Amino acid sequence: MLIALVGNQNCGKTTLFNALTGSNQHVGNFPGVTVDAKIGIIKDAKEKIEIVDLPGIYSLSPYSQEEIVTRDYILKNNVDIILNIIDATNIERSLYLTLQLAELNVPMVIALNMMDEVINAGNSISLGELENNLGIEVCAISASKGEGIKELLEHIKRIASSHDLPKKNDICEESTPVHRAIHAMMNLIDDHTKKLNYPTRFVATRLIEGDTILQEEIELSPNEVDMLGHIVLEMETDGKLDREALLASTRYNYIDKVCQKAVKRINPYTKEQILSNKIDKILTNKYLAFPLFILIMGLVFYLTFGLIGYYLSLLFETGIDAFINMIRTGLEKIEINEIVVSLICDGALGGIGSVLSFIPTIVTLFLFLSLLEDTGYMARIAFIMDKPLRKLGLSGRSFVPLLIGFGCSVPAVMSARTMASERDRKLTIMLIPYMSCSAKLPVYSMLTLAFFGQKSALVMVVLYIIGIILAIGAAFISKIIIKGKPTPFMMELPTYRLPTFKTTLLLMWDKAKDFIKKAFTVIFVASLIIWFLQSFNVKLYPVTNNEESILALIGQFLTPIFKPLGISSWRITSAIITGLSAKESIVSVIEILIGDATALKAIMTSFQAFCLLLFILLYMPCVATFAAVRKELHSTPLAIGYMVLQTIVAYIVATSVYQIGSLFI
Amino acid sequence: MKLSELPINEERTILIVNGQGSLRHRLLEMGIIPGTKIKITKVAPLGDPLLVHLRGYELSIRKSDAELIEVE
Repeated sequence: MLIALVGNQNCGKTTLFNALTGSNQHVGNFPGVTVDAKIGIIKDAKEKIEIVDLPGIYSLSPYSQEEIVTRDYILKNNVDIILNIIDATNIERSLYLTLQLAELNVPMVIALNMMDEVINAGNSISLGELENNLGIEVCAISASKGEGIKELLEHIKRIASSHDLPKKNDICEESTPVHRAIHAMMNLIDDHTKKLNYPTRFVATRLIEGDTILQEEIELSPNEVDMLGHIVLEMETDGKLDREALLASTRYNYIDKVCQKAVKRINPYTKEQILSNKIDKILTNKYLAFPLFILIMGLVFYLTFGLIGYYLSLLFETGIDAFINMIRTGLEKIEINEIVVSLICDGALGGIGSVLSFIPTIVTLFLFLSLLEDTGYMARIAFIMDKPLRKLGLSGRSFVPLLIGFGCSVPAVMSARTMASERDRKLTIMLIPYMSCSAKLPVYSMLTLAFFGQKSALVMVVLYIIGIILAIGAAFISKIIIKGKPTPFMMELPTYRLPTFKTTLLLMWDKAKDFIKKAFTVIFVASLIIWFLQSFNVKLYPVTNNEESILALIGQFLTPIFKPLGISSWRITSAIITGLSAKESIVSVIEILIGDATALKAIMTSFQAFCLLLFILLYMPCVATFAAVRKELHSTPLAIGYMVLQTIVAYIVATSVYQIGSLFI
Repeated sequence: MKLSELPINEERTILIVNGQGSLRHRLLEMGIIPGTKIKITKVAPLGDPLLVHLRGYELSIRKSDAELIEVE
């Protein structure tokens, strides 16, 4: 059995998904698009029940990737039942999507979430009235408390096996212009939709509303297109409004009628909404909003990279080092070939270890970012930051991806997809690498500690700020070059809620898993390649002296290019090259090839080190980011272009600083 | 008058929704349709965007988009 889970954003969809599936879930991908598909398995004695978590959407119009993915998924896969989750505290707006889903001719159940909040406010919603008027069965649940989930599952199983379709899908009164138009259209396209096995009523409604994508898909003849135009014109003349407004108001009129019968609202706001308003009076206050925002973000970064992340990482690192040493001693004891020992300890384990020690920081960062997102504060950030970001040609929504960019560019690039406008998305993705990702942090801390000692923290802050300033500059330039349409910014400010423990835990596990996977695939292979390059010479003999290795040869070959920015050691050049696999590997390569801080200081001045840091801050992001960018933009040339551009910017900036600085120092 | 000119917390009925394409479509889908009651409940610290209340929920829209909405 296949269940499609559909609902608005912020309605508790992910919480319900987690409550139903537990940890039995994996992320897949919809073919051809970049929207994630989470697929979960529900434990059941009798049959295999699969559930797909479709993206959070407000309607089935083809105006965003998410909407197109959702409707295509339901139209083209054998979905047994649609599970439509609705926020009971925001029922009117939620039912808009429900009415469209009901036209898809698939069995359906409504999960009315957050009913407890409605009842707490002294209001009520009659499930019976809802069911009668919508023709769809309704279950009241509280996804966060796990209430009503079992009953919901029973409903789903019963309706899916009986194949009962939504009973009423005529949302307009008879003899209204919209009603006449839809029915005329249904007669016109019946043959076409039957051929494709598409629901006729859904397609008819969409065509009348002006859906060009579906119109092409069902291949109307020129004659039929003329008739469509005629039908729409007649509807608009009789209805005295345009096609889009007519259909939207028809749906909302129907919803109003349903709600008049089913919803008893004594208090206009629930207790949670009242509390939310109070919190917002402070967090989005005219004077307090920005100071508080800086304070909150500062705290998050301090806790992540300072307090929690740092000590946890240290602990992890010590453990991993001890483990590697133990293996090394063990291997040496049984007198295995020293190349094999080196392959295992330096090549494989060393590479993975340096990445694994990074997990605590990543997981902590995502814990905080998910807390900010799930509590609803991220939406407020977008709300207060929209105006300044729009001056840069971005939107308030760009802020979150950019913020995540400080953690890791890969999820940051992926999170940019929630933006409706293609132009905003491209621009935001282009700017993400300027936000210094956390993998660069160990590189910064190693080099700054070696060269700047006590001032290392200050230098690091300067690096972060330089990245941000350059991003602003780049945004300004792109704003002039890429002229796009103004993009709608419509966003709900969700009620502040505490995320459930389970949701947060699952998310952290997800991120850790991603990272471990990366460590054992991309970085594992990269570490082995680099180990090979530095342990053998061109004749494939093991080398005793690093300077004869293949890596040294490549480094020596490329070093002249880096001369203008003050890098004259092939060891550094080699480290920069290996940084393309993952930035954190720069650290291990420098450690292997050069050694400790004293050795580092012997080959470069602190000013040269600063220019090197600038280059590392700005040059091409790691292969994982490249892969993500390529996937999100659907274009290899564009992704390569971004990477080349990034490296050119890094080269120009580092070179100018070194050349100009050299005049004074 | 335009929605963007409405004083805070004054509820009015929407008369016309201007604009075009996906922007207008999105406004309509979010329930901003002629005949609906709407009010501005908050202005962002920098004066834009606005927070409007309609159909029992709150939505944030830009001032430039609010200019497209005409109210009584």
